[in-house]
Amino acid sequence: MNVLHRPPVQGNSERVTRMRHVLVAMRGDKLALFALLIFAFYCLVALLAPLLAPYDVNSTEFMNLENAELAPAWQTGDTRFLLGTDTQGRDLLSVILHGTRLSLTIGVCAVLIQVFLGVGIGLLSGYMGGRLDAFLMRVADIQLSFSTMMVAIVVLAVFQTLFGHAAYQQLAMLMLIIVLGVAEWPIFARTVRACVFAEKEKEYIDAARILGVSKARIMLRHLLPNTVSPILVILTIQIANAIVAEAALSFLGLGMPPNQPSLGALISSGFNYLFSGAWWISVFPSVTLILMIFVMNLLGDWLRDHLNPQVTRG
Amino acid sequence: MSHELVLNAHNLKQHYHVKQGLFKPEATVKAVDGVSFTLDRGKTLAVVGESGCGKSTLGRMLTMIETPTEGQLNFLGEDLLSLSKEQQKELRQKIQIIFQNPYGSLNPRKKIGAILEEPLVINTQLNKAERKAKALAMMAKVGLKTEHYDRYPHMFSGGQRQRIAIARGLMLDPEIIVADEPVSALDVSVQAQVLNLMMDLQQEFGLSYVFISHDLSVVEHIADEVMVMYLGKVVEHGKSEDVFTQPKHPYTQALLSSTPQLSSDKRRQRIKLQGELPSPLNPPSGCAFHGRCQYANERCRKETPVLRSHADVHLIACHAVEEERLESFSGAA
Repeated sequence: MNVLHRPPVQGNSERVTRMRHVLVAMRGDKLALFALLIFAFYCLVALLAPLLAPYDVNSTEFMNLENAELAPAWQTGDTRFLLGTDTQGRDLLSVILHGTRLSLTIGVCAVLIQVFLGVGIGLLSGYMGGRLDAFLMRVADIQLSFSTMMVAIVVLAVFQTLFGHAAYQQLAMLMLIIVLGVAEWPIFARTVRACVFAEKEKEYIDAARILGVSKARIMLRHLLPNTVSPILVILTIQIANAIVAEAALSFLGLGMPPNQPSLGALISSGFNYLFSGAWWISVFPSVTLILMIFVMNLLGDWLRDHLNPQVTRG
Repeated sequence: MSHELVLNAHNLKQHYHVKQGLFKPEATVKAVDGVSFTLDRGKTLAVVGESGCGKSTLGRMLTMIETPTEGQLNFLGEDLLSLSKEQQKELRQKIQIIFQNPYGSLNPRKKIGAILEEPLVINTQLNKAERKAKALAMMAKVGLKTEHYDRYPHMFSGGQRQRIAIARGLMLDPEIIVADEPVSALDVSVQAQVLNLMMDLQQEFGLSYVFISHDLSVVEHIADEVMVMYLGKVVEHGKSEDVFTQPKHPYTQALLSSTPQLSSDKRRQRIKLQGELPSPLNPPSGCAFHGRCQYANERCRKETPVLRSHADVHLIACHAVEEERLESFSGAA
């Protein structure tokens, strides 16, 4: 047997990390590369919105009703407002940049809460089984039987009346994140639980138990990595859903306050003017939102295929 | 070789309660029903039987993945089942398992190095470099190359995966390896390599094997003792050469006659068993084998035979053997 034994290979050539695999594979796939670039662009815009925006959205001159509903620059020749202005006279480009930042933050943070709760409960429920599983899954059923919108409307409305409008304006973003995050954890919990049920029957879990691996470690180190693929796919859809839900809440007056509009709030604010000629107020934020969600779905699908080590040939 | 007792199992039972439906009473499946044996250091006990006879359940009890409903399990003088959780954890490291399916027994998301080092991370105080050195040494012992350290399980063939599984089992210096059909998922050409590796390692580390298999030709190669199970019970237990040359129980005879032999003088008269293994939900009365046994009589249908010593060393549970109703089994046809 020792004939096969060779001196150890030193250096990093052998240690190609999984992230590197993903990047190498991405270079070969035009569509994925395109999606990644656009998504990176969105993230960059979200991060740098205050620097990129031509106007300072916090200044008092920003909102000027004299400039309300101006058409985009190529229609009017007015170069002050590239994409025109909204009903309040705000520069649409600046508002969209900040709206993207808000929407993305709310979507990502809400889904992080969903993932944290859902994956934790799903792992526990699936691996422990028995009564704990039955209890947690009934809780999930109850949670799912209230629609997200209903829960959000009730919670946000109660909050507004209890603490007043001023407090709400300050805490709107935090509240939206928590409400959207808590309302949809069962989607992750159920998927993870189903995955764990399939995985825990496999012999490597038995082998780990015999080797003395603790339950927590089995869940986090053995089961969790094997449930990543479905989590990633749902993740992208859920971020998109959270952004859309936030938009719907804004439409009902329960989302972001008018002085810091998200993409959804912008779309709904322009919605009434769509047929009166001021199409740009709704259309530009809509295109921004749709492209963002499309790109995230593309990336999620692609990642699912490539994060699996059985597909990345080594 | 000294006869040092490593494992002593006494009257192990594993009964499952099965719900059959809303209005039917709960049924009990006696997957393993009163199995006793002893295992000496450096020896191999083979457990043989067809699918569903309880041999894998026995293996799961020995490694304590499942707790027996009844019985004693004595490992190096300590009663495993009455110990506290902490002490159990200490001792169960010393009984490791190799599974049948090398495609399911390795975590697909972990590299070989991580798979081999994990038991050390949990159970020892070794640092990273020491762990790696130990993992590489073990890989060399089971015939894996150093560069395999950073690879994922899917990059290996079945035989190599089984070598990895063996290496993982050996990382904690176990006393006993329960091998649950370790080669039946492998190509015949690879089976012999893995078996020889297991025998080499047994020599080197003084391991004791509980070798679970349905393949008698494999068992003959590796076993010191053979235990034949049928529907949760032991029907014949004896030294490997005794069982293979002079099988006494009608079921063992039928099993042996179904093994293909190359040389014509070794070939046995083929005994064809009628019917299927009876349902463990509703086992036959008396001897569980009576429905398929050509020697069965009234007593076999009513009275359950017990395991009795026959010709000093051989243990057999059969009324027909006891009463010498059996025509002697023809070694050659």
